[in-house]
Amino acid sequence: MAERFFTKEVQKLYLGQGQEFRGEGILAVTKALLQSGVSYVAGYQGAPISHLMDVLTDANSILEELGVHFEHSASEATAAATLAASVNYPLRGAITFKSTVGTNVASDALANLASGGVMGGALIIVGEDYGEGSSIMQERSHAFAMKSQMWLLDPRPNLPSIVQAVEQGFALSEASNTPVMLELRIRACHVHGSFVAKDNVRPTFTLKDAIEKPSRDPSRIVLPPGSFLHEHEKIQKRWPAAQKFIQEHALNEWFSDGAQDFGIILQGGMYNTTIRALELLGLSNAFGDTNVPLYVLNVTYPLVDDEIKRFCAGKRGVLVIEEGQPDFIEQNINSILRKADIQTKVHGKGMLPMAGEYTAAAVTRGVFEFVQKYAPEKIDREKLPAVVRPASPSSTQPASNVVSQVHPRPPSFCTGCPERPIFTAMKLVERELGPHHVACDIGCHLFSILPPFNIGATTMGYGLGWASAAALNTKETSKRTISFMGDGGFWHNGLTSGVGNAVFNQSDNVLVVVDNSYTAATGGQDILSSEAINPIRTTQLSIADAVRGVGVKWVRTITRTYDLVAMRDTLKEALTTKEKGPKVIVAQSECSLNKQRRVKPQLLKLQKEGKRIVRERFGVDADTCTGDHSCIRLSGCPSLSIAPNPDPLRKDPVATVLESCVGCGLCGEVAHAARLCPSFFQTEVISNPTEWDNFKARIAGTVIRFLQRRTNRRLAGITA
Amino acid sequence: MGTSATYQSIDTNAGSPSPRAITIAIVAMGGEGGGVLADWIVDLAERAGYLAQTTSVPGVAQRTGSTIYYIEIFPEASAAAARKLPVFALMPVPGELDIVLASELMEAGRAIQRGFVTSDRTTLISSTHRVYSMTEKIALGDGQVDSKQLIEAGATAARVFVHRDFERIARETRSVISAALFGALAATGALPFSRAQFEDAIRRGGVGVESSLAGFAASFDATLEPIAQQSNDTAKHSLKVGVQLQPLAARIESQFPPASHAILFAAVQKLADYQDVSYASTYLDELAVIRDVDTKNGNGAFVLLSETARYLALWMSYEDAVRVADLKTRDARFARVHHDSRAGNSELIQIKEFLHPGVEEITDILPAGIGGWMRNSGAPRKIIEKFAHKGRIVNTTSLFGFLQLYALAALRPLRRKSLRFREEHIRIKQWLAQIVEVAKQNYPLALELAECPCVVKGYGDTHIRGRKSFDTLMSTLPKLVHSSDSARILKICRDAALADDTGDKLTAALRELPA
Repeated sequence: MAERFFTKEVQKLYLGQGQEFRGEGILAVTKALLQSGVSYVAGYQGAPISHLMDVLTDANSILEELGVHFEHSASEATAAATLAASVNYPLRGAITFKSTVGTNVASDALANLASGGVMGGALIIVGEDYGEGSSIMQERSHAFAMKSQMWLLDPRPNLPSIVQAVEQGFALSEASNTPVMLELRIRACHVHGSFVAKDNVRPTFTLKDAIEKPSRDPSRIVLPPGSFLHEHEKIQKRWPAAQKFIQEHALNEWFSDGAQDFGIILQGGMYNTTIRALELLGLSNAFGDTNVPLYVLNVTYPLVDDEIKRFCAGKRGVLVIEEGQPDFIEQNINSILRKADIQTKVHGKGMLPMAGEYTAAAVTRGVFEFVQKYAPEKIDREKLPAVVRPASPSSTQPASNVVSQVHPRPPSFCTGCPERPIFTAMKLVERELGPHHVACDIGCHLFSILPPFNIGATTMGYGLGWASAAALNTKETSKRTISFMGDGGFWHNGLTSGVGNAVFNQSDNVLVVVDNSYTAATGGQDILSSEAINPIRTTQLSIADAVRGVGVKWVRTITRTYDLVAMRDTLKEALTTKEKGPKVIVAQSECSLNKQRRVKPQLLKLQKEGKRIVRERFGVDADTCTGDHSCIRLSGCPSLSIAPNPDPLRKDPVATVLESCVGCGLCGEVAHAARLCPSFFQTEVISNPTEWDNFKARIAGTVIRFLQRRTNRRLAGITA
Repeated sequence: MGTSATYQSIDTNAGSPSPRAITIAIVAMGGEGGGVLADWIVDLAERAGYLAQTTSVPGVAQRTGSTIYYIEIFPEASAAAARKLPVFALMPVPGELDIVLASELMEAGRAIQRGFVTSDRTTLISSTHRVYSMTEKIALGDGQVDSKQLIEAGATAARVFVHRDFERIARETRSVISAALFGALAATGALPFSRAQFEDAIRRGGVGVESSLAGFAASFDATLEPIAQQSNDTAKHSLKVGVQLQPLAARIESQFPPASHAILFAAVQKLADYQDVSYASTYLDELAVIRDVDTKNGNGAFVLLSETARYLALWMSYEDAVRVADLKTRDARFARVHHDSRAGNSELIQIKEFLHPGVEEITDILPAGIGGWMRNSGAPRKIIEKFAHKGRIVNTTSLFGFLQLYALAALRPLRRKSLRFREEHIRIKQWLAQIVEVAKQNYPLALELAECPCVVKGYGDTHIRGRKSFDTLMSTLPKLVHSSDSARILKICRDAALADDTGDKLTAALRELPA
């Protein structure tokens, strides 16, 4: 059950010839796959392509009607290997994942696939998680295309172009027997737009045909001598075939060629940003009618030498707008021109920043500098946009005023998150046993490295939490290291790379598996250990059993992470027990985001039906809170905040619990476990109380009110 | 700006020969429903004959972190005339935004910082409520940033600046902040669409339509009304007391300088509430000597007296188990909790206290002799530890639970004989004596000394740590009293004591001290 449902959007996948499709870019890709007669789709969720996987999940019935097989792959490597179905059969297949991290994992299978080549169209849709909003290391997928000689599409970021790229990607793949990568940047994935749909196509050659009439071609298998022939084939056959197809079908686009003796070469994905830059500089209108020649690379690898030469010939200079580094395209263009002895000057990195996202501001500055050099008269200096205007004190002053008042606001654990108490427990253990080396993993739990917890030293990749502490394993100390791993990372590879490795190498260290029933950080998709019953997937398998299965003896399962004392004591036991060997703690509680979405409607329904419902939330008594905020430093819950102190004598704000509280109970547990303060209380609101509830309340109420009146008599006449 | 309803809609042809897109950024925090607002705007525009595009950067940024939704809309007519589609940008360009909607004040500040808000064209609509950053929340004292500066920056940076507490409006209408911001946007007329068109977009959205429309309407009106004047803090310090305290009030007015009245009035009420009237009167006795030394050595502002008075009152009303039980059993508190719980008339509420009295908290309230003996000697201490090693949950709304706490609160008259009372009052006397001594030779240092009790806070371990820091600060006095900038140094040490809850920063600061 994913974080977002697309049940409504999915109906758009039924749109036929000539109907208008409106929606998110990533949903358009799904429709394009069906229009292209795809036979199978696989992938691994992760921003920015999570929605593609979620849409396909909700669209499974449609897929089945079309005979399309869809898998949630165990990992990106699994997804990539799935494309093997297109090696010997005319089957179109597509896979998708987050890049570059997913491509890293997939690259072994991709390299083998690319070596032997494909018969059916093989499309690898990578969500380029680069720039603002990215959660990973800043690298380029481009390098993977180059090293394995797969072709790389980078279409203009509008729905018609993206849809066309999917369709032509399959054709290009088949024409050149080469897997094709389709790169979509974060914003392109989530862009809202429209395109004119076509009918969905049921593949003529089906999976059934392949299974029933198997065929093989040893020359496609990566084993000498085949592997040596493959390399020559790539250069002599597939590469020229690809360049021919790209030219014949005009995959790259030309605008206003010949209008000037200078021009811009850009990645398709940078088109809208470039046009906006030109528009701001008065060199284009809102429709992209520009008088600056543009050569748009919807295919960024391979470059078509003839097209590059044709565009550059007769131009004094060109600007290459290539996001990310190294500047592969710019280098390639330089070498093409040098070999052809064309003297056109090539600008790129330098006028544009070498590293970092190519924001509209950065591109505008680069284009401004370029045009200044070649045709300064074309820019009206009276109407310069703010980003290239020399900064005046009046324009920058408000910004500088607020700097001190604006704090960074990184993501963090949600209200009621079951992972928070695990790290609160870690803090408490730290107080008793001192700091430990903590190896983190990929997932929401990585937020532990931020305040208020400040726990964690490294993160080496999805599922690699325990592997990344492997070296810190020596008999010279009895002190142990702690590693973290999410349930997602555990099934992705952690079971073997971490747990199996620790068992085999006789580690004496501790692993905490955060089991929240979903791959929460990627949007709450199901996995093997999910509690949910999923009609198209097998779930409810135990992580603890899997861990024992690979030979871990010391395994503890905490079924309620909010039980801070149990959490703390189990961690302490794992760190101090005399027992040697790897130790695994499985910390289970459902992701709060998903739980709330699941439970809220149910409760409302029961309440309407007149059933007895108890709503829980926490509170802080402002008059006993002394404003030291140690509760916040042990929790960091978004719902645990500060408020003005009602006591005129006190200066510091008091702690307070906001209405967003879901009553997870951590506040109370912390107050107990850390002996904080008596200010925390839990309110239970009972809807549709029973007769017995009301009876007890009446009796207690009478006595309580009587005694409270006595107190009031004492206090009478103290305040005015 | 923005306070009077002089809002004008955007001229899409400002400065450029061909029409350009209207650019809108929503700066928010993940999970706040900024996406809903973006969808409303897109739907509104598309139905009103505009082409629209929205982009966002989800991912983990959605987990309560800052995030931006960006929208561009473009008149369909101009596109038809040109027989072409506009090329929309996928991200905001500094200096090129027509509308910025901020769901929270610091996020508005962030937008200004990023150059999204400019005086030549930007309509900035921001909620003035605060969602505090972690940095602000984890401070041991007061770490809040200055909202006033943020609002002033908005006023200078924007062409039109609308700032209201849209969060409150949303809450009061049982709606969401997106609806409130949408209403404000409609009221500014920054978009060329009618109120009805806005409301239809909400209806087509289909979720929580009624409450959203209510929130929309409320903030539409609030945006057009001038901002209501904030009641200022002096209300907090009212110079009125009840009949029981009239004699003390008279005494304050006759014997103490006006500069100190606000604090003294608050203090005597707190202490009489805490113990009894005579306790409040003892408090004034204690302060007489401070008043005199301030009159002699001060500059007539009586800061020393006021600050000493503040911390003496807080110290004398230290939170022991009796006080906590007393406050938790009061009807005013029951009413407050009931209100906050938003329970309906037919609903019952239960209040469950999370208490964890340690050996100290228990022996604190025992008669000094017994308390001291039990705290220190092995066997009895063991017994209490057994009893106190686990936290307990007391249901104050149940008969048994209430009686437990009420009985505890009833020990108040015996407090003067209790172990903690004796200990605290010995320490108080020492502190006051030192203030007097120091004030005679080094008035500025005395001022800092008077504020030192602020490092003692909380309960249990937190309280013990605070008391340690306080003693450490006191122990530096002999070194400091003769040095010239001793006041500054003591303040540095005091701030250091509040800079972490391990005491490391204080230790570090002390190493810097002149030997």
